[in-house]
Amino acid sequence: MDTLLQQFFQQLINGISLGSIYALIALGYTMIYGIIKLINFAHGDIYMIGAYFGFFATTQLGLGFIPAIILSMAGAAIVGIIIERVAYRPMRNAPRIAILITAIGVSFFLEYSMILLVSPQPRTFPAVFTPTVYHFGPLVANSQQLVILISALILMVALSYIVNSTKAGKAMRAVSFDADAARLMGINIDRVISMTFALGSALAAAGGVLVGVYYNSIDPLMGMMPGLKAFVAAVLGGIGIIPGAMMGGIILGVVEAMVSGFLSSTFRDAAAFGILILILLYKPAGLLGKNVREKV
Amino acid sequence: MRKWKKIASAALAAMVFASVMAGCGGKKEEAKSDTVKIGASFELTGNVANYGKAILSGAKMAFDEANAKGGVLGKKIVVVESDNKSEPSESGNSITKLVTQDKVVAIVGPATSGCVAAGAPITEANKIPHIAPSATAPGITVDNNGKVRPFMFRACFIDPFQGQVMATFASNSLKVKNVAILLDSSSDYSKGLAQVFQETLEKAGGNIVVKEAFLSKDLDFKASLTKIKATNPEAVYVPGYYEEVSKIIKQAREIGLDVPMLGCDGWESPKLAEIAGKDALKNCYYVSAFSAQDTDPSVQAFIKAYKEKYQKEPDIFAMQGYNGGLVVIDAIKRAGSTDGTAIAKAMAETKDLPVASGKLTYDANHNPIMSALIISLDGGVPSLKEKISL
Repeated sequence: MDTLLQQFFQQLINGISLGSIYALIALGYTMIYGIIKLINFAHGDIYMIGAYFGFFATTQLGLGFIPAIILSMAGAAIVGIIIERVAYRPMRNAPRIAILITAIGVSFFLEYSMILLVSPQPRTFPAVFTPTVYHFGPLVANSQQLVILISALILMVALSYIVNSTKAGKAMRAVSFDADAARLMGINIDRVISMTFALGSALAAAGGVLVGVYYNSIDPLMGMMPGLKAFVAAVLGGIGIIPGAMMGGIILGVVEAMVSGFLSSTFRDAAAFGILILILLYKPAGLLGKNVREKV
Repeated sequence: MRKWKKIASAALAAMVFASVMAGCGGKKEEAKSDTVKIGASFELTGNVANYGKAILSGAKMAFDEANAKGGVLGKKIVVVESDNKSEPSESGNSITKLVTQDKVVAIVGPATSGCVAAGAPITEANKIPHIAPSATAPGITVDNNGKVRPFMFRACFIDPFQGQVMATFASNSLKVKNVAILLDSSSDYSKGLAQVFQETLEKAGGNIVVKEAFLSKDLDFKASLTKIKATNPEAVYVPGYYEEVSKIIKQAREIGLDVPMLGCDGWESPKLAEIAGKDALKNCYYVSAFSAQDTDPSVQAFIKAYKEKYQKEPDIFAMQGYNGGLVVIDAIKRAGSTDGTAIAKAMAETKDLPVASGKLTYDANHNPIMSALIISLDGGVPSLKEKISL
């Protein structure tokens, strides 16, 4: 019993660190969905591009962890703006399904352009700081797990501040609530949408760099699975709701760890996508879908 | 005048006839000529060109050495090269050309199991002995009904053999009994190795305490590793490719799972040490067929000769190509003829043939029985730990 409890807490630690990454990607999904009702399937690939920006910033420019993550976020924000401008804006009034297919196309474009540019070989992310291992009795956590969790929390708090307490955030909320009315009130919708893509992409890039640091390895197709999982996380928390994405990500990470740890690792992905089906059947608005009305 | 014309035309006709006869004679002469043609169909361009070129370099070295010693059956060996562009469909064309146009007496190549499988029916239909130096898939030399393909051979060990070797190493050298398995459930290679490993270990009195699975491209293995750690295994067997394995080893050490990690030739890459980190690789072992540190005189002699010939270090593929060439030369010598059926029969009877990696004997399924090497990764540098012969 004691070892079972001990295993439970260790799996909880594993799950939360994995979930924080899902949460960071899910935040971008949710913001973009909130504002233009688009499920941006290229989001997982922005995360991959962010990881490569971080990789080149540390290896080529010799930057430390914090400057690299900032540079990577800025780079990915620009990529996000360009993608929206080139691929999504011309489709703004097209049927939703057309723009969804465009998103899938952008996703493939990013994946295979990167394979062309940087080769499909995985790259080894340099160790930007030496991990310290902490023992809490029988439990083990390392500094990278804490860095991931803390960075995710800081970024989420910053995002909430931008969305809730700045003029730009107010404009975003207005566009999300009713785009036409917002336009009539003199809000430059295009600029607001660009900004949302920039913010969402920057968060995904931060996730990419954190993953690179944590797992030591990045490759051009690394965004596929986390992208899908983050989508599940966003739906779980309630798509369009920022705290929901964070919560959904952590829950998903913990569920995966628990399923792997106590049932079988082969059921792990089945459990993740099973959650998606259950949520869509019984609570399509997501866990936080009722309580929180604010959308971005 | 007329008479002259007649005589002239008769003479002309006779000359033409004679020349035709001579031509015929010439052709027959060529069949009995002083050369023996051996076809080399390899991946010389395309995505696995590195493998094909390395094997070809090794095979050519074997044939050149034989020629320097007077060739086979008193004839010189001529290698006819053909590129299959790393594509199975091209591989079929390339082998057809070698067999039907160039009239080779044996085929060496290609490198990958997929390309070999495309060429195997052609050599079999034409009764041409065919040796694929590096094709590891068990189905290459045995058809779907379990019947041995009489003309198909290889010069490397098959996948399941590695599982046997590692289980033997675990129980005899590491003296461990309770072993956990973490396998890639999306790869037949990994599943096959895990099964053979388990069977061999259990036969030796060992016990698989837990069997966990992952999928290729997974990033996070801590949940499975935590579960494995709770069963207190004495070692963990991880048949997989270096991409996932490197992360598994890194994360296992992070959660304090410090027992030996055992693997297969999919681990062989400098990336493994880069991603996992040097310190994590203490007590990590995998199976390979080739190590430059092997002190066996035949291996050292091969390495020395290869370096002299090509001015670079040989890899495992070069060695397999060299061994494949030696098998062909030996079989032709023992057959005493260039008849395909006779050569194939002699090849199947290959026994204790000295090759670059020791001695080679074929089992009933045309798989070589060779010794395998256990490579240790202590300190992030591959080093030879032990040589195992089953």
